[in-house]
Amino acid sequence: MSSQVIASTKSRARFLTEAEVSEIEHEKTLYPDNQAVGLEALKIVQNYQGWVSDESLLAIAEYLDLPVADLEGVATFFNLIYRQPVGKNVILYCDSVSCWICRGDEIKDYLSEKLGIDYGQTTADKEFTLIPVPCLGDCNNAPVMMVGQDLHRNLTKDGIDEIIDQYRNTNA
Amino acid sequence: MSRPPLDIGAYEANDGYQSLHKIAAGMSAADVLETIKSSGLKGRGGAGFPTGLKWSFVPHGESSPQQKYLVVNADEMEPGTFKDRLLMEGDPHLLLEGMIISAYTIGASKAYIFLRGEYHGSVKTLKKAIAEAYEKGYLGSNILGTEYDLDIILHTSAGRYICGEETALLNALEGKRANPRAKPPFPQVSGLWGKPTIVNNVETLCNLPGIITYGIDWYQGLGKGADAGTKMFGVSGRVKNPGVWEMPLGVTIRELLEDKAGGMQDGLGLKAFLPGGGSTDFMLPEHLDLALDYDEISQKGGSRLATGTMIVLDDQTCPVGMIGNLMKFFAHESCGFCTPCRDGLPWVDAIFRDFEAGRGSEKDLNILREQVEYMGPGRTFCALAPGATAPLGSGLKYFEDDFKEHIKQKRCTYKN
Repeated sequence: MSSQVIASTKSRARFLTEAEVSEIEHEKTLYPDNQAVGLEALKIVQNYQGWVSDESLLAIAEYLDLPVADLEGVATFFNLIYRQPVGKNVILYCDSVSCWICRGDEIKDYLSEKLGIDYGQTTADKEFTLIPVPCLGDCNNAPVMMVGQDLHRNLTKDGIDEIIDQYRNTNA
Repeated sequence: MSRPPLDIGAYEANDGYQSLHKIAAGMSAADVLETIKSSGLKGRGGAGFPTGLKWSFVPHGESSPQQKYLVVNADEMEPGTFKDRLLMEGDPHLLLEGMIISAYTIGASKAYIFLRGEYHGSVKTLKKAIAEAYEKGYLGSNILGTEYDLDIILHTSAGRYICGEETALLNALEGKRANPRAKPPFPQVSGLWGKPTIVNNVETLCNLPGIITYGIDWYQGLGKGADAGTKMFGVSGRVKNPGVWEMPLGVTIRELLEDKAGGMQDGLGLKAFLPGGGSTDFMLPEHLDLALDYDEISQKGGSRLATGTMIVLDDQTCPVGMIGNLMKFFAHESCGFCTPCRDGLPWVDAIFRDFEAGRGSEKDLNILREQVEYMGPGRTFCALAPGATAPLGSGLKYFEDDFKEHIKQKRCTYKN
């Protein structure tokens, strides 16, 4: 049944890569059933593909024999699973209270203006996606944000310029 | 981090893993349980429930399920809370040692660390520490020559604040949407995959090695007031030296705020503070000489010690804006399962946006007051919305003038 198309699309499952399959197989040894592995598989596939497309979702559901709707329900519940394409660098900007008190909202406005995008959007050159995130647990260095896996602390407007340039250059 | 974490050799040289040698030399699970119960340790995740008592609900004996689980709640996401990260990135072996003690006591052969997905630094330190612990025989089969086996699995979360609620966490770990479960049955009886499960917070587990190694008298002697032991206390906001420190339970708020955090930044006054993260009631400067222990904060401060990480509001930051920021967070993080939370929080959030835009009214204030009641304890499926009503209800009471000024001036008076 999982090879059927999702109601909203006409997509077909893609083939999972060898690397993806091998990591998913490893997860199977850590959890007693495939439902638990499903969420792990979404993260694994996203790690390789950047996001979880309909084709990837169908492939995981098929591989693990999980109902597509269940897996989609899970994929759309968790904020770190991306069901839309994202830029090369995902910026997780802390919009919680300690950063807000330390004027994080002003820095965010500056960042938005600099990149020309608001929350949930990706720059036209596909370099950056900006997403709000709850408290990153680094409140003594507020305001903070993450770019990819890197935490950037004590943000200032000048600091934002440097950070963004650094990622632009690294990717060039 | 001010220093890299100790490797296992350095950790052992500082009495690390001594508690396990002591247990291996002849402490039964029942002995450990009795010790932790008598120590007076309360859970450090927020609720302050006695740890030994929680463990004692796990069924034992031949008729009970043989598979039991320990799950570490390392999903630190309470706004303004940054203590578990420090422990995991600064002292990962302390957590592992605590986990082994807890798992041994409840008879769990498998333990999962449910770690926040964004904590990439903690992934690195924990992975390394787990590998070292296996190598030295503290994990795996026949630990320290005993009959006891334990495997630890590091699980990174895919997000959402609601996963901090222990039954929602279990659902997420099972690969389901993280809606909380009905209680009873409690996880101690029927938790992860229906098996008896204990969920302990990172900091709680980090208290265990010291209690076993040095004894109950030592542990209780650390506290300065009614509660035993030490606690991680944090301060964030516009203070001179924000940070997190391990201090005895029972020190005064003033000592934390003025001696450790250095007081307010120049030119700013203290208006109020949340003592233990975003889900606690505001407290005022008049409360500064209260002791940081569980009962005193709730009985005399009208709030909760909770995570012990204080968020400071200065006198040049708008309290209405601060509460609005918290309400936006709670509205966004509602799992959507029960009506008061799913519908109430976005309504409250929308009202705060109106206040921000100068469109707040007296009628709105009444709706906010009603929502404090509708979303309060006992009205919702879990503690998320009641947590939101803590800063909301206390804020409406303490900052009524600020709300009224927004209505009168039709703008936020803290902005130029």
